[in-house]
Amino acid sequence: MTQDNLRWPEISFEDRIGTARFDVGERAHITVDSRICADCSTRECVVACPAKLFVPTADGGILFNYEQCFECGTCYMVCNREGAIAWTYPDGGHGVVFSQT
Amino acid sequence: MPDSPMPDNPMPDNPMPETPFFEVVVVGAGPAGSCAATVLARRGVSVLLIERGPFPGSKNMYGGVVYPRILDSLHPEWWEEMPIQRWVTRRSTMVLTENQAVTIDFRSQNWGVPPYNGATAYRPDMDHWLASKAEAAGARLLTSTTVTGLITDARGQVCGVRTDRPDGDVACRMVIACDGVNSFVAKEAGLYPDLNPANFTLGVKETLGLSRSVIEERFAVRDREGVDIEILGGTQGVNGGGFIYTNLDTLAVGVVLKLPALAAQKTRPEEIIAHLKSHPGIAPLVEGGEILEYSAHLIPEAGRSMMPQLTGEGLLVAGDAAAMCLAAGIWLEGVNFAMASGMAAAETAAEAITAGDVSKRGLAGYEKRLNSSFVLADHDKLSRIPGLVLSDRVQHQYPQMIANVVERVFRVDNPQPKPGLRKIFAEERKRAGVRLRDLARDGWTGMRGFG
Repeated sequence: MTQDNLRWPEISFEDRIGTARFDVGERAHITVDSRICADCSTRECVVACPAKLFVPTADGGILFNYEQCFECGTCYMVCNREGAIAWTYPDGGHGVVFSQT
Repeated sequence: MPDSPMPDNPMPDNPMPETPFFEVVVVGAGPAGSCAATVLARRGVSVLLIERGPFPGSKNMYGGVVYPRILDSLHPEWWEEMPIQRWVTRRSTMVLTENQAVTIDFRSQNWGVPPYNGATAYRPDMDHWLASKAEAAGARLLTSTTVTGLITDARGQVCGVRTDRPDGDVACRMVIACDGVNSFVAKEAGLYPDLNPANFTLGVKETLGLSRSVIEERFAVRDREGVDIEILGGTQGVNGGGFIYTNLDTLAVGVVLKLPALAAQKTRPEEIIAHLKSHPGIAPLVEGGEILEYSAHLIPEAGRSMMPQLTGEGLLVAGDAAAMCLAAGIWLEGVNFAMASGMAAAETAAEAITAGDVSKRGLAGYEKRLNSSFVLADHDKLSRIPGLVLSDRVQHQYPQMIANVVERVFRVDNPQPKPGLRKIFAEERKRAGVRLRDLARDGWTGMRGFG
């Protein structure tokens, strides 16, 4: 079975994540220590983060963006590298705002 | 952003005179927190309900079905007010392989009339409503406020919380942690020593827009009737499952994925949903649906075996913060467990405050209450089921075996005579590589849990 028999256009990830609302705070509630990530070959966060916030870069690092985050906790749970991800909730009133889920 | 002022509630015996004081601070205005705050306020206990989102429910998503009968006592005739989408009158369990589907489908019109059974609902609507009931009972709700830590006294007893507001400390006699699956409150208090990713699943979901009439035609329901479809298989080899729920004019379609299994392969969550949606048994139900909202949340999947200590010094833990989701295959519940545990925590807290002892010993009644209610009774009875449902055999071998058996039972192979069910089953079990010993063991585990 392939995606060919889909009878609707699959949307881009940008449009997909754009369906959720985010009131982005000024403080990055998650920070990633890219020096630690540079040594990581398994990169669990890249495949598991539902918001696709962890993007491998050409130089072998990880580019991380906190802005469109579901605050789910998957990244710190699957990460095998001590200290790579510092995870907190966004400041009060900021972050994802769900409506029909 | 809706905002509420920092509450000012000085009490004559406030241990920190410059700090607002409430007898109980409830962290998190989800179903557990709001039910806890409602019970406390009705008992005349001063209670502050702190929510980090701009409104209660704004951070919350789930599969899509709530079983609200636990509210009969707290909010009689809740069904008159609760913002639900549809009453579940059809429940289907599907077993999927790449090109087969076995479905057990049940319908009862009894579930379409009061007191109902399950309902689909949007959590931002439902949780907001539950919190409004707490406010109506006299609880103080403080939104857009993140609790950043616990304040403890010299004896290690919790006596307040820190928040991210300026001058944001709040003093209290005790705290009820209802801060969800990532519960930093329970972790900070040392109640959650074992954090094993294998105990968690990631729920990922699309809310698909379709007209009411299309939904009612495709799912064979009318008016406010709705459908709950649970799916085993169809997750591209990642241990987990899928679901489809009907809302009024949307569908909730998604998957639940065991974290280590998801992290160990190369397919992303939204690709697994897309694959599920393209299955020949699923595509006709969902096609044409425009993605209105994409969402995700962690689920404490492992039940009893992953629960933290539920009681600390001046602290109780309820709802997802205490891993009270029930993920037992045919029973997928959580909101009801959250509401019940929140209510039990509040009853215990009210008694402990009256008795003047909110130490761990003074709060021991919480676990007793949970043990004598469905909350821990169900979790104890079903303690081995979440592991069974997510096991490799149930996930990767049984679906193909079941589908092949059913296919052969209904296949007319003339001129061959019918082989007989026992022969079909034996052959298909062997073909699927299932050992009789393992099947018997899993069957026994299932019987003990479900029986």
